[in-house]
Amino acid sequence: MPTKIEKDVISGRDTTGHEWDGLKELNTPLPKWWLYTLIVICIWGVGYAIVRPSVPGLFGYYHGTSGYSTRAQVTADVAAIAAGRAGSMDKIKATPIEKIGQDPQLQAVALTAGRITFANNCQPCHGAGGGGRPGYPTLASDSWIWGGKLAEIQQTITYGIRSGHPDARVNQMPRFGADGILKPAEIDAAADFVLSLRAGTKPGPNVAAGAKVFAENCVACHGDKGEGNREVGGPNLHSAVHLYGDSKEAVVAQITNPRQGVMPNWNTRLDAATIKSVAFYVHSLGGGE
Amino acid sequence: MNKYVDKPAGEESLYADRVRVYPRAVRGIARNVKWALLIFCLAVYYVLPWVRWYRGPGRPDQAVLLDISTERFYFFDVTFWPQDIVLLTGGLILAAVGLFLVTSLFGRLWCGYACPQTVWTDLFMLVERWIEGDRNARMKRDAGPITLDKVWRKLAKHGIWLFVAFWTGGGWIMYYVDAPTVTMDFWTGRAGAGVYGFTFLFTATTYILAGWAREQVCTYMCPWPRFQSAMLDEQTLIVTYQGWRGEPRGHGKRDAATSAKLGNCIDCMACVHVCPTGIDIRDGVQLECIGCGLCVDACNEIMDRTGQPRWLIKWDTLARQAELAKGQAVEAIRLIRPRTLIYLSVLAIAVIAMGTGLVMRSLLEVSVQHERAPLFVRLHDGALRNAYTLKLVNKYDYDVNFTITVDGPPQATLQVAGASEVPGSVINIVVPADSVGAYRVFLDAPAGGKEAPNTDINFLLRDTTDGILLKRNANFMGPGARAGG
Repeated sequence: MPTKIEKDVISGRDTTGHEWDGLKELNTPLPKWWLYTLIVICIWGVGYAIVRPSVPGLFGYYHGTSGYSTRAQVTADVAAIAAGRAGSMDKIKATPIEKIGQDPQLQAVALTAGRITFANNCQPCHGAGGGGRPGYPTLASDSWIWGGKLAEIQQTITYGIRSGHPDARVNQMPRFGADGILKPAEIDAAADFVLSLRAGTKPGPNVAAGAKVFAENCVACHGDKGEGNREVGGPNLHSAVHLYGDSKEAVVAQITNPRQGVMPNWNTRLDAATIKSVAFYVHSLGGGE
Repeated sequence: MNKYVDKPAGEESLYADRVRVYPRAVRGIARNVKWALLIFCLAVYYVLPWVRWYRGPGRPDQAVLLDISTERFYFFDVTFWPQDIVLLTGGLILAAVGLFLVTSLFGRLWCGYACPQTVWTDLFMLVERWIEGDRNARMKRDAGPITLDKVWRKLAKHGIWLFVAFWTGGGWIMYYVDAPTVTMDFWTGRAGAGVYGFTFLFTATTYILAGWAREQVCTYMCPWPRFQSAMLDEQTLIVTYQGWRGEPRGHGKRDAATSAKLGNCIDCMACVHVCPTGIDIRDGVQLECIGCGLCVDACNEIMDRTGQPRWLIKWDTLARQAELAKGQAVEAIRLIRPRTLIYLSVLAIAVIAMGTGLVMRSLLEVSVQHERAPLFVRLHDGALRNAYTLKLVNKYDYDVNFTITVDGPPQATLQVAGASEVPGSVINIVVPADSVGAYRVFLDAPAGGKEAPNTDINFLLRDTTDGILLKRNANFMGPGARAGG
């Protein structure tokens, strides 16, 4: 409590009566409207606490008379955005995928929707930007197993590969080694031949023998010259892009006991317009045909 | 005069009631300058949005327009882009240092003459004086009972204040949207909620700050008076009461018998009564003093009337006043001193940097961004592909055709993603006028070349209209490259 209010000799002003070790504080009064502003803000604060959600409890919180909730707000905002998008997405659904690129606005929507959907669903296996990983195809390249046209990509995404869906793309490479169809020496020769198909690689010693094995066992799916067959998903063996590696060991392993990946059918998780958008986006990554 | 209400000791409040200031009308040099500046500033403020400036078809024809929606600031022949924000920074530095320089030379000229708070308060006081009369009439009426006369005058005053405030608030909006359009929309109810909201906001703030808060803004809210004391020194010209000449103050005849006892100040309080912040300049330099010099005018009037020399209150430096008080020889006013030279050189540097920046500012901006995921892609024929995003900014009002080549891997080919052209060593991109274009470009190095994790390359972009060549460094990545490497 202030005890002794006195007049300061030098300034001629009153002190507040507070004193600390001989230091006295001059009374420099705040304007009264400043105080009133504080009071008004306090009243506002009480009103705000009544109207809006404010007091936390152990099993919930006081919701306020307005019942406002940021969660409800988000739900409403998301619904509003979805409603706003509905027009464009409906249009994408109705437009043949080849024609989306002709409408710049539709194209922009498809690319954005595709990019985001890709990041959420496809990226874990195919990598950011469709960079691919061993065992998971690179989508940014121009090397395709099942086809790189818009409709082909859309088909692959919709029904998947070996996904179990009746319309899925399915093929089966025989287990040439594991099932005893070919002897290890034949497999070794076939691998030499396969590697020789790529320009710039040093041919192995058994290319001629390998060519014979290849002609007898592989051409049905991989083509007479190893150029591949997209109808049955037989990879082009001239391509520099390899799903399971391009060393001789990797090729021998693949012929002996082939690995076969599975891609899910997305038609049960994504709607048709979204799948179309993803296909459009994948096509734009650089390898689209 | 004590600004605060006197109370007996022990009842001193920590909060002071506001003492209303009733400034009296005054004539003189400071007042004339203030009127001239007031007319000039308000004329610029209210008229500028209506000045038209033809920029070509499809572009706004308002001379000064800060267009938020299209992110452009139009200022007569110059169009600023968001990227030019550095010029705004420069402009602010210029304004700040300019203010420092003026303040250290001549005191708080900004506060007294040009600050919007001062200008609009002056305008509101003028309205008040027209309707309610001068200081004495206003004080008498305010102290008296409520009469019809009082009611209609108050209503008229606040009505005109609100009208001026609305005009001001509306004027502010016109710097952001086309003035004739927004005026039309405003009165036909077609303007957006933002326009009505901000008009209301600025109407309210103008009315409250210039009508009611007035000197309270300067004394309690504005930070500028507080650190302005750091700009003032003994050599600064400020509004000063010449105490050595005026004291001892007192009423009475200045004849031979009394002149020995009394100074020039007749203690008429004219300087206090005209002061817009209600202070007594005779107490010396104060935070509340905005340096408007109206007390100089008031005192000169009184000095003329009492037959004494003018300029008892004048613009002078504290150093000269100290010498005068001691009866010493007076030094000249020193405008050139280390402080002002430093401010001046900083100002000069800022002006040169700003001017150069404005003149040299590139109207074409180009950036090349290497794609980060994937860093590179192997194509079926063994070629190595890197993708880049070219961001091409064209600030001209005509289309610019860029011819793009790469100084990089031998026989490499370029291709704009999605374009139907056959990949080649040269690509052409047309960037439309006044726009930013982002283009994804593939750079393919054929198989068999030397492959390194990271190769330095250059994109060469030639603007074929003006022949300007822009060179941007980039990287070409290959097997072994790591993200961020």
